[in-house]
Amino acid sequence: MKKCRRCSKPATLHITDIREGVAHELHLCETCAHEYLNNAGSELPQSAEESEPFALKGTEDPDELEQLDQVVCQNCGISFREFRSQGRLGCPHDYIAFEAELIPLLENIHGDTQHCGKFPKRAPDASQRQYRLIKLRNELRNAVGQEDYEDAARLRDEIQELEQGIEGSETE
Amino acid sequence: MDFDALTGTSGEWLRGTGPDADIVVSSRVRLARNLAQFPFLSRADDSVKSELESLLRSKVEGLNLGSRLNYVNVNTLESLDRQFLVERQLISPEHAESHGSRGVGISEGENVSLMINEEDHLRIQVLRSGLALDECWEEINRIDDSLEQEVTYAFSERLGYLTACPTNVGTGIRVSVMLHLPALVLTKEIQKVFQALQKISLAVRGLYGERSQAMGDFYQISNQVTLGKSEEKLIATLKDVVPNIVSYERRVRNALVEENRQSLHDQISRAYGILQNAQTISSEETMHLLSSVRMGINLGLIDDLEIPTVNELFIHTQPAHLQKLRHEHLESADRNIARATFLRQRLSNRDTERN
Repeated sequence: MKKCRRCSKPATLHITDIREGVAHELHLCETCAHEYLNNAGSELPQSAEESEPFALKGTEDPDELEQLDQVVCQNCGISFREFRSQGRLGCPHDYIAFEAELIPLLENIHGDTQHCGKFPKRAPDASQRQYRLIKLRNELRNAVGQEDYEDAARLRDEIQELEQGIEGSETE
Repeated sequence: MDFDALTGTSGEWLRGTGPDADIVVSSRVRLARNLAQFPFLSRADDSVKSELESLLRSKVEGLNLGSRLNYVNVNTLESLDRQFLVERQLISPEHAESHGSRGVGISEGENVSLMINEEDHLRIQVLRSGLALDECWEEINRIDDSLEQEVTYAFSERLGYLTACPTNVGTGIRVSVMLHLPALVLTKEIQKVFQALQKISLAVRGLYGERSQAMGDFYQISNQVTLGKSEEKLIATLKDVVPNIVSYERRVRNALVEENRQSLHDQISRAYGILQNAQTISSEETMHLLSSVRMGINLGLIDDLEIPTVNELFIHTQPAHLQKLRHEHLESADRNIARATFLRQRLSNRDTERN
């Protein structure tokens, strides 16, 4: 005999709940079924995000997943696996260290990967550019490594532009 | 901060004023912020946590909020007092239950609270009575601007404000309204609201946020997405959708009255009667009955009670508030007796109280 899904008593009632045309089977004991039927309709829906927030979509291959999990942030020492199990990152630098892993995840959660909105006004412009420079130089290295010269050329231009901007602001 | 004195008062956000306050109990905006030079809290040891706390505390205490700010050291607080702050919505359940150096700055009137060392280094929240999201945003934006002149936030051009959990990255903003929807719950129409909200990426939570049950027919509706949309746009989404839910709730209330005024009036009066006379009552039953009474006042079916009083009772009948009021630790059964006594005192003989 099946056990009740909500407690461990034997399930005596079998409910088929049709929501938006999809049938859900529920096996419950009498007490829980009574409760379920009386409360149906006002229960809070569980969002996909809360039930499985950091599922890696598209990485079904266990070897690949294993490899992803091994990535470690040099700054705080947290591994991607630790992040996935606790759901919290270790330091701001993780967003760079795990960028390749996090971007699809952010795309999944937010449907976007580019911030739009408030900017810290005071954060010195130059340090923000420095920060971006580090990233662009990394991207340039990767592009050259992958012989993607079109991207590399674009990145080189962008870097030059930024470098000139920094020099300009420092002499002001 | 004198907690005992607070047991007789409530935050300004419970006043029951402001647009649509019969249904929109309160509006809230919170921002998640972290300092660039420190690890997030999951990787912060005790000394980092205490460094963070003293640094942020000095900045928070230096803020000019136009009123006095009380700083509470949450780490040294007894668990009853922590629960008391949770019940007043001044700290989150997570902040109450975590460990190590942490604290909260609370404005006079309890509209602003700044939690230090919650899930992020800093969580700022602004609460207002009624539908007042623009006002919340204006105030919180100003507070954030002045803090930002003092500290360097972890920020990236691509991903915005960097947060401990990727679900908050970008704007780090959570815009929410607390709605009282008894008629939609009663008619089970609420399910349609949930479905519609889910489709536009808005989350529905209970009275005390994540994982809390929908007590007293209160629902918190908030944005889920924080990256890729500006703060103004996220606020606008909520401002667009809330009036629809409010008018839906009003329509269903009116239909209930038209269909069977007598039975609704009976149900509400009985709820009021139990609250005025019970000798022992659980928190759950209290919330449930207060919800009926609150709707009854709004429909003109109860005329000797005010909305702010009921709003306050929802908070003051909770476990920590009752125990603070009685100055003693009470087990559940004793709390139910204390709760019934408190309700009888507050609700009985309203006429004699007035004269």
